[in-house]
Amino acid sequence: METPVLIEIKNLKTHFFLDEGTVQAVNGVDFTIHQHKTLCVVGESGCGKSVTARSILQIVDQPGRIVEGEILYHRPDRLSVAGNGEWTSGATSANGNSTTEIIDLAALDPRGREIRAIRGQDISMIFQEPMTSLSPIHTVGNQITEAIKLHTDMLDDEADEHAIELLRRVGIPRPAERLGTYPFELSGGMRQRVMIAMALSCNPALLIADEPTTAVDVTTQAQILELLEELQDEFGMAIMLITHDLGVVAEMADDVVVMYLGQVAERGDVDSIFHDPKHPYTQSLLKSIPRLGVSRNRQRLDSIRGMVPDPYNRPAGCMFGPRCDHFMPGRCDAISPPAIPLGPGREVHCLLYEDE
Amino acid sequence: MSEQSTNGQQISTSQNGSPAAGNILLDVKNLQKWFPITAGFFRRTIGHVKAVDDISFQVLQGETVGLVGESGCGKTTAGRCILRAYDLTGGQVLFQDHDGKMVDLGPLTNNEMKPYRQQVRMIFQDPFNSLNPRMPVIDIVGDPLKINNVAAGKELEDRVASLLARVGLRPEYMRRYPHAFSGGERQRIGIARALALDPRLVVADEAVSALDVSVRAQILNLIKDLQEEFNLTYIFVSHDLSVIEYICDRVVVMYVGKIVEVAETEELFDQPFHPYTEALLSAVPNPDPRMRQQKARIVLEGDVADPANPPSGCYFHPRCRYVQDQCSQETPELREIAPGHFAACHFAEELTLVGVTASGELG
Ligand SMILES: Nc1ncnc2c1ncn2[C@@H]1O[C@H](COP(=O)(O)OP(=O)(O)OP(=O)(O)O)[C@@H](O)[C@H]1O
Ligand SMILES: Nc1ncnc2c1ncn2[C@@H]1O[C@H](COP(=O)(O)OP(=O)(O)O)[C@@H](O)[C@H]1O
Ligand code: SF4
Ligand code: SF4
Ligand SMILES: [Mg+2]
Ligand SMILES: [Mg+2]
Repeated sequence: METPVLIEIKNLKTHFFLDEGTVQAVNGVDFTIHQHKTLCVVGESGCGKSVTARSILQIVDQPGRIVEGEILYHRPDRLSVAGNGEWTSGATSANGNSTTEIIDLAALDPRGREIRAIRGQDISMIFQEPMTSLSPIHTVGNQITEAIKLHTDMLDDEADEHAIELLRRVGIPRPAERLGTYPFELSGGMRQRVMIAMALSCNPALLIADEPTTAVDVTTQAQILELLEELQDEFGMAIMLITHDLGVVAEMADDVVVMYLGQVAERGDVDSIFHDPKHPYTQSLLKSIPRLGVSRNRQRLDSIRGMVPDPYNRPAGCMFGPRCDHFMPGRCDAISPPAIPLGPGREVHCLLYEDE
Repeated sequence: MSEQSTNGQQISTSQNGSPAAGNILLDVKNLQKWFPITAGFFRRTIGHVKAVDDISFQVLQGETVGLVGESGCGKTTAGRCILRAYDLTGGQVLFQDHDGKMVDLGPLTNNEMKPYRQQVRMIFQDPFNSLNPRMPVIDIVGDPLKINNVAAGKELEDRVASLLARVGLRPEYMRRYPHAFSGGERQRIGIARALALDPRLVVADEAVSALDVSVRAQILNLIKDLQEEFNLTYIFVSHDLSVIEYICDRVVVMYVGKIVEVAETEELFDQPFHPYTEALLSAVPNPDPRMRQQKARIVLEGDVADPANPPSGCYFHPRCRYVQDQCSQETPELREIAPGHFAACHFAEELTLVGVTASGELG
């Protein structure tokens, strides 16, 4: 079921200006995140997943900046502004005329008041390594209550109560006692839970999770993924989940964006991406992963030849050209494949589909 | 499994963690590696991290044995003990010498280990940190040859060139330094280095874990091809069960320094006998969205036990969904439940656990 649009990214370009040259980390990306849904962004390391996510929050590291494009945030109305306030979707208004406020996040000043109000409250983010966003010198309790008090008018006692409730909700045993512990005293999985609790403290409309399970074991990963699903059912936030693991995508996504070298290769609903992939990159990627039970008796895995080019030597034309089995000389190395629409929310960037 | 000629020790009676029969290249017996925990000014020992605590398994000539388990369960430590990068706390590492005799590498001095260091080699996890950044590729790959007086000068160069070609790298690049190569290429350099001395046993520790999906398949294929070509035996350490399933003939599952299950790959994945193996298998995300509904993901409670302070009885009991009173009191031994299939669970025979069928479904 389609839900209203929450974030609409149009032709986003985020570049890093280094002495060695310009890294076109994100170079013309389009996709849409819907309310209450999970969008997975998948691709190999360096393809621009994290930079895309950081662009949404305007927290791109120096010397990088958004150079082009729009990030339209369709801000839903809140029922109440209290910490546990619920979101309503503007688009559900009776006459169909959305009253939703639309904000172009890309146009906001990264240090300005507006984006700071959105960070944490409307959109929050969790990272692969929890210690990058948890302070080592403050207790878990302090960090969560600070986040709560920053965006709500809760008093100390209320904030403490709310923090305990959140910790309980993310599966921390004896949450009241844990308020006084420091992050280093917790296991990796526990830290990830604390970070999730913090990120959800103001009931955001969008939770961005950048490889939240890459550094943890499979059994911990299963715990965290399960938790995210439950929390989404309960709180109703949209999730943008960044991962390089196609298994995680298949288990979590409603919609998928496949990225390659700063661009979108294709996007669509999860079933189409896995069962009817169109882009040669997606097709080969799916064939190259070992699958439990399936690859057991296979002598060889299909692999993609070559490797991802380095960001200073981007090929002309299609970024995937040098590794593509369908490469068409004279076309693929001359034309940068435009977005070719295949259906609602379904798009591929490959010249094979140009005249369809 | 291997069908090599039998110039080594032949076994038919199954011991703990042993295959039914075959030519044993490596026989790990009751291996222990404890790290002291020290405290205070005098660095008094106040306890031990029992990183590897009494494990036994065997590796047959020509096979690939997988070591799998969660972070900190002792896989790397076990591998490093076999290579004698560590001194052992206890137990034996019996390695079949060229003449077929089993030699215990455990008590050997550095000097005595020398000939065996050529025969047992390692491929490391991190292709970025395991290569010396100040050495050109020719030295990285050629050094083992030089140090062991195998080749020098033009001959050395030719050997390196052919090794590089064999792992899919251009020999022209041999004067370049590691930073000029991608992750996958560096892993190929690491493999070429490991193979330089015609080893008989290669320990690969998370050899593809740091690589991107599209490059991982290339390296896995290479590792398989080289095994056939050079008649290699591998110990393949990984936390990734789908990689283990693809590459291994037999699998050893570890939990908090102990072996909980050993079996041939198909057996283990079809019909696990240990609840921890079952949970591990069910936790692996299935790359098919249509399988989502069918899957009953087992979500384990809590964290992996601390090897410095493991729980009583069965180490897995605080997280096991089949736990009974006996489990917190008695430590289960690794027992043979079916031919060649060992598990350390009091109730291995009674439980009906779920594995992965050959179609990729859980069932
Ligand atoms: N040199 C050391 N000194 C003290 N403790 C150690 C040392 N090396 C390993 N350990 C401990 O021994 C246990 C086993 O570690 P090991 O590196 O073998 O785990 P592993 O199974 O390889 O894990 P991973 O999957 O994270 O690589 C861990 O608790 C670890 O902290
Ligand atoms: N702070 C930075 N300075 C320079 N280059 C950067 C920085 N952060 C990211 N990049 C470059 O941008 C590209 C995309 O990076 P990233 O979004 O982190 O990839 P991933 O898809 O792995 O998350 C890469 O080429 C990376 O090297
Ligand atoms: S545009 Fe050409 S090179 Fe690029 S993916 Fe399509 S066929 Fe391959
Ligand atoms: S011995 Fe008991 S606790 Fe341990 S795995 Fe078996 S059933 Fe579970
Ligand atoms: Mg990233
Ligand atoms: Mg390890």
